[in-house]
Amino acid sequence: MDALHAVRARGITKCFGDVVALDGVDLDVTRGQIHGLVGPNGAGKTTLLGLLLGLAVADGGELEILGVPVGRAFAAPDGVAGFVDGPGLYPSLTARQNLTALAELRGRQARTAGIDDVLDQVGLTDVADDRTRGFSLGMRQRLGLAAALLTRPRLLVLDEPSNGLDPAGKRHVHGVLNRLAADGTSVVLSSHRMDDLEALCSEVTILATGRVVFSGPLGKLAAESRELDYRVRTSDPEAARRLADGTDGIKIADDTGRQPRDADVLVVRAPVPALDALVARLVTSGVAVRELAPVVSPLEAAFLALTEDRETSR
Amino acid sequence: MSTTVTASPTPVRPVSVPRTYRFELVKLVSQWRIRLLVLACWILPGLFVAGVSAQNTLPSDTLFGRWMHATGWAGPLVMLGFAGTWALPLLTSVVAGDVFAAEDRLGTWRHLLVAVRSPRRIFVAKVLASLTVILLLVAGLACSSTVGGLASVGDQPLVGLDGHLLTPSDAGGRVLLAWVAALAPTLALAAIGLLGSVALGRSPTGLLLPPLVALGMQVAQMLPLPVAVRLALPGYAFLSWNGLFTAPAQLAPLLIGVTVSLAWAVLATVLAHLLFLRRDFTNLAYDGGGRRAFTVGVLPLAALTALTVALIAVATDSTGITQAKVQRSLATAFAHLYRLQTEQLHRPAVTEAQLRASAACTKSDGQAAQQGAGNDWRCVVTWHLPGVPVAGTAVYQLDVGSDGRFVADGDGPKEVNGYFLVRTSTGDAPNPLWQFDGNVALLDTTSKG
Repeated sequence: MDALHAVRARGITKCFGDVVALDGVDLDVTRGQIHGLVGPNGAGKTTLLGLLLGLAVADGGELEILGVPVGRAFAAPDGVAGFVDGPGLYPSLTARQNLTALAELRGRQARTAGIDDVLDQVGLTDVADDRTRGFSLGMRQRLGLAAALLTRPRLLVLDEPSNGLDPAGKRHVHGVLNRLAADGTSVVLSSHRMDDLEALCSEVTILATGRVVFSGPLGKLAAESRELDYRVRTSDPEAARRLADGTDGIKIADDTGRQPRDADVLVVRAPVPALDALVARLVTSGVAVRELAPVVSPLEAAFLALTEDRETSR
Repeated sequence: MSTTVTASPTPVRPVSVPRTYRFELVKLVSQWRIRLLVLACWILPGLFVAGVSAQNTLPSDTLFGRWMHATGWAGPLVMLGFAGTWALPLLTSVVAGDVFAAEDRLGTWRHLLVAVRSPRRIFVAKVLASLTVILLLVAGLACSSTVGGLASVGDQPLVGLDGHLLTPSDAGGRVLLAWVAALAPTLALAAIGLLGSVALGRSPTGLLLPPLVALGMQVAQMLPLPVAVRLALPGYAFLSWNGLFTAPAQLAPLLIGVTVSLAWAVLATVLAHLLFLRRDFTNLAYDGGGRRAFTVGVLPLAALTALTVALIAVATDSTGITQAKVQRSLATAFAHLYRLQTEQLHRPAVTEAQLRASAACTKSDGQAAQQGAGNDWRCVVTWHLPGVPVAGTAVYQLDVGSDGRFVADGDGPKEVNGYFLVRTSTGDAPNPLWQFDGNVALLDTTSKG
């Protein structure tokens, strides 16, 4: 029994006919950690989340969830909640009735189950008595999260929880997930939104074609990343260009076509030390630096690099 | 790399069946169409029976329809005939035919599995919940039509299918038994609906399966099939309750029909269970297992039918509709109804034994085989009255259905059976001998087994 990890997977394989969805996947999720799962479409993320939720059984390998070995039954141990491919809601029931039915399924009284509390946590108190038939995708996602919270999970498994969320909804969901993690609940979530993962996750696992191509802290991922492109907005673009051209390790990369052309912006490709040197030279030359930011996030850059490498090697 | 999966048991605590059942029931009852159906089944039959009973023209093509003015107990039987043809197949399709497919449509299987943690318990709960709703609907049809009939016409004796009078309490008991017997084929249709719902996923074919099967069974019952085949189809139990309204009751076809229906219900439910436990819950676009659904779902039911046909053929004498049976049935019904007419006209009482009624029937004027269904049966009924040296005779045209039910249409003389009214001391009244329903027992009274 592993007291440190909420999930411990070793060599997990899962096939659907001739298709290998997961091929020797290892995964460690520390208790109280928010762990991101990233990968291109068809990488096996949903299959892996389905295994954690007990919706499928692995063909090979070892899987422990909350310290308990998973057998061949189609069911997850107690303490696991979440959803894949969107939450399951019954449109003929109101938000409150959906949660009440779920609470009573678990043998709890609706009045003491904390329904109002979880509705408040996800920001759906105002629409608690509306039928979910008319709910937007973001509202459905939040109600799905509320349903999962109702079971007081120790492991929360979420597939694309940020889909369809407006900024307020996103703030609610992030707040809930951070509070859960702080209280010791482990969260495994998949997302294509790199900004979400960077904001929430302490560790990520990158999957490509059913295999793990990276697993570890975000910092380690950034260190392993190749050079990034940065947008530099200055008070004197011409001077900035000249200075960048003369700085070791800096390459002008503003013709990449990724962004609409902006005369004030210079795009450079550089490792962090060379970028630091460029900033120092700009400042000493009297050129004001008004914006400095990576064109794509380190996680996205690493994701693209690792998954593109994988695709190329195939 | 290890390629083994740890086989030790996980501390999975699935939700109990009663709680899952309650959950399923909440979901079903929250649907507007289910609420409307329940409401309709508990209100409309009563209004229909009361409304029809108040009309001059009665639905005489439906069994017991011609007696709706005479007794309130005819109403629920008319409703039962209608329900077996249309209402019950449609009700079972809406409830049982959709109970699994709805989760496919809503994409909620994964949610349900994570919540309940046992596909087996989900299956049991869904079956029980859909059966509960179906029973509620059937109970509504029966109770509402009975209340409607009794309230509008009254608690009068009912004329049975062989013309004998059933006391109100006896009629009530048999009406109840008839509805209970109809539950068996209803359960068979419900199980077929469950099977279709599991096997065909989101496909609308699953929803249509019970009505399609019921329609197929009805068409089969209209064809000149051997009796053993007819009885081996679950739809026969929607007809065989007729035997409760003869004296003595024709119980053998009823019991066979009920047993066959229950066998279908059990087998189709087991097959649905097997398919359900093997389905892929991770596929959101699941539309059924194709060839596997056919192999697991259809072939065993076909095998059951073949086995049942063989068993019934071996165990029973099933000569079908013969000249002797037609003559016996007609004469018996005529004798009972003649007594009824005698009472209406306040003539001296006479018993069936004194009447010594007999019938001589020919089919196609004797040009064809003297057996089988058809509207070309012509019969001459002869009877005797005490103290009258000359025997009376009356002519009937018979339309005999493949299921043994017949309609006898009087051809005269006018004062006996040639006119639809008789003049009584209190005014004109329907002539019971003018047109009446009867039933030819398809099975012989003694069985081989």
